[in-house]
Amino acid sequence: MTNSIQAATSVTLEGVHKRFGRFAALNGVSLEIAAGELLALLGPSGSGKTTLLRIIAGLEFPDSGQVSFGDQAVTFAHAAERGVGFVFQQYALFKHMTVAKNVAFGLDVKKGADRPDAKTRTARVEALLKLVELEGLGGRYPSQLSGGQRQRVALARALAVEPRILLLDEPFGALDATVRKTLRRELRRLHDATGLTTVFVTHDQEEALDLADRIALLNGGRIEQVGAPATVLDQPASAFVAGFVGQSNALMGEVHGGVFTYLGAPLTTPNLADGPAMAFVRPDQLALALSDETGFPIRLERATPRGPLLWLDGLTAAGQPIEVAIVRVGAPLLDPGTDLRLAIRDAHVFPAPGGAAP
Amino acid sequence: MSPPDPRASDARAGRAKTTEDPAWVRFGLIVIVVGFVGLMLVLPLIAVFAQALAKGVQGSLTALADPDALSAIRLTLLTAGIAVPLNAFIGVCAAWAIAKHDFWAKSVLISLIDLPFSVSPVVAGLAYVLVFGLQGWFGRWLDAHGIKIIFAAPGIVLATIFVTFPFVARELIPLMQAQGRDEEEAAVSLGAGGLTTFLRVTAPNIRWGLLYGVLLCNARAMGEFGAVSVVSGHVRGLTDTMPLQVEILYNDYDMVGAFSVAALLCLLAVVTLVLKAGLERLQPQLSDPIALQDLRLRR
Repeated sequence: MTNSIQAATSVTLEGVHKRFGRFAALNGVSLEIAAGELLALLGPSGSGKTTLLRIIAGLEFPDSGQVSFGDQAVTFAHAAERGVGFVFQQYALFKHMTVAKNVAFGLDVKKGADRPDAKTRTARVEALLKLVELEGLGGRYPSQLSGGQRQRVALARALAVEPRILLLDEPFGALDATVRKTLRRELRRLHDATGLTTVFVTHDQEEALDLADRIALLNGGRIEQVGAPATVLDQPASAFVAGFVGQSNALMGEVHGGVFTYLGAPLTTPNLADGPAMAFVRPDQLALALSDETGFPIRLERATPRGPLLWLDGLTAAGQPIEVAIVRVGAPLLDPGTDLRLAIRDAHVFPAPGGAAP
Repeated sequence: MSPPDPRASDARAGRAKTTEDPAWVRFGLIVIVVGFVGLMLVLPLIAVFAQALAKGVQGSLTALADPDALSAIRLTLLTAGIAVPLNAFIGVCAAWAIAKHDFWAKSVLISLIDLPFSVSPVVAGLAYVLVFGLQGWFGRWLDAHGIKIIFAAPGIVLATIFVTFPFVARELIPLMQAQGRDEEEAAVSLGAGGLTTFLRVTAPNIRWGLLYGVLLCNARAMGEFGAVSVVSGHVRGLTDTMPLQVEILYNDYDMVGAFSVAALLCLLAVVTLVLKAGLERLQPQLSDPIALQDLRLRR
């Protein structure tokens, strides 16, 4: 099964709303997921990303809005009929079944002519265990496996039914850092091998940036931006995206006549109206001010070399922590306690929410 | 080998000191508890068997072979045979509904399931008399159709069902809540229907808890006195269960008869306890709140 690239299915969500009691988990979400795409749903906890995934799987139903796979409407189709593979955050392996039985479950419960004969089922399970590199462990019970191995079993089990779409809820959340990195590459390899439309939920931006073709950013039950990793990183559509993706210093300042100023340090922002504004400045967009530049003052707390960069941690007079990354080659010797002046070379500036200072 | 971390051993010693009471406290506590259990629980149990065997094993067996006693045993078995499977079925349904679904009256339902535990069994018996008795709501209609519930076996079965209803549900609700819905959702997303999911995923996960609940339910169903006493009417050889028969024989000053039936009930209790202990060894998390908590955390 894994060699044949299946006809991948696109997923369309239109105006999806979902409330749990008084809590609005999703506030009108529309999203197009292309066939064969690897998409990350990224957002802080409570942003509705898991609810969205569960609605695609049919484990929740929207209060209003449409879900379709290809041109087939599936909004209220039962989860069992959707042909979706779902990998749960805690894997949800059947504790009382062996690994092989777990993987075979989806085939065993098929009815009538759909159900492959015992020989085919065994062969399929073998092939899947090989695919996730768990050959020879079919006779074990889930409690006898490590976290990473359980994750692979969950993946194999979801793939056994030849799903049209693969959904993963925080697939690497419960694993330690090394295993996480390996499995991340593994998932990419599996995705490329199967060509399945794959959606995974994560709160870890590094994971999303590293793995996904496109990232959908959720906040407060709404989609803030959908785009390739480089796009959301370099052209954030909102203050939330700028603050959430990538590392940045959030500087609260003022725009006057197309120039943003923070503690006297200016940055040209031609398209912004006058008023209070928030600038999201990446550590490498700050620099030590040259003699003819106006900078804002910080006191240096620590200077840490990291590879080719020197990371400076400092505090403004108001006590706001500031992070700066400068190239180490040619950098002056900096001792903690030194007063520095920083120039803003570039930033993503957005009008302050409600026009008021935070 | 690195030397043992001195802080670790300090911590161990410190803990031993803070959690271990002086010897006389330990000794005193053990004496108090063992003495109490011996005096209040074990001694009466011995007395029951001693009384039952006062005229030898033969005398006891003769007392049990009495037609009224046999009829009481039959009625008790019949009552438990109906009440226990029914409560097991309804209990699984209730636990399933509460643990795996959200609905608005959930907390009310959970409280209602506990009602039989908080209401005196006598009140439960009286309530059934008021509903099904001749002067009750359905009494006239039932009488006109020749259906006898109160002062007959059906009333005894109904009262027993009422009293023993919570056992299975109360055992399963925390267990199923701790297990969550993930495995069921996984089964459904893999294409399994509702019944398949229950039989192949849910049932294996709850089987020990269910068995445990059924055992407790059975022990109570056979031993219930108060509620059954009110609805029975005490027709000898017809509507007397074992506990009622014990009381009748006792009031007749038939000590060997009374205590022989009582001893039979005690034997049942002992068998239940042994089975329960065996189950706990098989599945420690059933009775261990820490293990249950641990189970909850792992999910």
